[in-house]
Amino acid sequence: MTLVQARRAGAGLVLPVLLLAGWQWIAAAGVFSAAQLPPPGEVLDALGELLRRGELWHHLAISTQRVLIGFAAGSALGLTLGGLVGLSRWASTVLSPTVQAIRAVPSLAWVPLLLLWLGIGETPKIVLVAIGAFFPVYTTVSAALAHTDPHLVEVGRAYGRSGVSLLASILFPAATPAILSGLRLGLAQGWLFLVAAELIASSMGLGFLLIDSQNTGRTDVMLLAIILLALLGKLTDTVLGLAERRLAATSR
Amino acid sequence: MSAVSLVLDGVGKVFSAGGRQRAVLSEVRLSVAAGEVVALLGPSGCGKSTLLRLVGGLEAASSGSVRVDGREVRGIEPRCAVVFQEPRLLPWRTLERNVAYGLPRRRRRGAVEKQARAEVRHWLSVVGLAEFARHRPRQVSGGMAQRAALARALARRPGVLLLDEPFAALDALTRLRMQDLLAEVQRAEGTTVLLVTHDVDEALHLADRVVLLGAGESAPDGAATVRSIVEVPGTRPRDRGDAELAALRVRLLAELGVHTPAAAPAHP
Repeated sequence: MTLVQARRAGAGLVLPVLLLAGWQWIAAAGVFSAAQLPPPGEVLDALGELLRRGELWHHLAISTQRVLIGFAAGSALGLTLGGLVGLSRWASTVLSPTVQAIRAVPSLAWVPLLLLWLGIGETPKIVLVAIGAFFPVYTTVSAALAHTDPHLVEVGRAYGRSGVSLLASILFPAATPAILSGLRLGLAQGWLFLVAAELIASSMGLGFLLIDSQNTGRTDVMLLAIILLALLGKLTDTVLGLAERRLAATSR
Repeated sequence: MSAVSLVLDGVGKVFSAGGRQRAVLSEVRLSVAAGEVVALLGPSGCGKSTLLRLVGGLEAASSGSVRVDGREVRGIEPRCAVVFQEPRLLPWRTLERNVAYGLPRRRRRGAVEKQARAEVRHWLSVVGLAEFARHRPRQVSGGMAQRAALARALARRPGVLLLDEPFAALDALTRLRMQDLLAEVQRAEGTTVLLVTHDVDEALHLADRVVLLGAGESAPDGAATVRSIVEVPGTRPRDRGDAELAALRVRLLAELGVHTPAAAPAHP
């Protein structure tokens, strides 16, 4: 890490530290009751407690697993359908109105149907995450492929490329940056939909931890779950961001 | 591939947009010998570029036939290579990989791969970009990018090199240098060149013959055809200050509707 990067990362930490200090100050000043806003120390204690009982890893692992599997499935489908719609006007006329309509359905509206069809096991949660990850990927991929610079496509044709070789040498590389940002958006939305799934029907995971802490009046655990969701989301996004930057560095 | 001939036989092109038909070219007849440099000159929007695209197979002729080396052009023509007005380099590739994009496609393995790399190096040095092989298009000037585009076209070893106002977007000085470079490359390779331009001086400097396109008298609704063909005297490379060329310049400009004060009447 260079000095500039280190300084930038440091600057990004200023606000969280300030928030933490403000939180501590408000909690100590007694503006809210301890049940409404426990001080940061208590949340840290809750973390220690969950770690000692060995529960936290289960929650983290199952949530991460659901997001990764769901994201993989949803983004693969998004790439395929988005590619189809972006490359073929015929596929676009047939598919896009329906996909746009399905996209308008709020995430929670799917939950009862998924539970009815798929039971209360892992499948409905993964499917919901996949639905969440699908749309951003689908939208960005289809738009990027449909709007490839026609001048470059013509260069490809003039130099004897067509079909798969045109796709591989012009269309796909031109759309790569958009595809990568679509994947990042899809991953973020996957986490969003995961919590929706876990809040409603689950016995494990960070969403369950949230709803369970509400039922047992453990605000400290609730805050912990929220912070963990923020950290995990940021972590997975950073990993994809690094992959994106590396790809950009080799192809730019 | 060595230079080949090009024949346009009664070529016409009609575009249809929104149910309306618009004839752009009609009854274009022209034959270009192997190794000859022909400039297509005409006012903007007269169909010069369309004609070039018909030769390259980027568009299909509505009537008549285009023959390269005696064989009719159907679809993208592998014996032609196009340089567009903009460099149109692939921004994610280095200059050398952009030039490699022009190489005829074949299985890239072992010896062939080595040969391909040597060819790319050769064409880059021909256009004076050997030191910039690893640069990205956005890192070089417009003139350099256009030189890379020329190298990409040359790498295809075209029988006919098609140039669509290739220097129009460059500054005046760079344009003159590019014209000299093109003249030099053409002399070394002997390629047949079809050059679309709206620059009379460029046409006179580079071409063996200048073909003037414009609305034909008999043609329907202003479709362009060959108005006249002018043989440019002297052999290439030409002196830009030649008096004979200056007189020809006045005449061509007059045909394009631009009248110079010192035009013909002063010298009967």
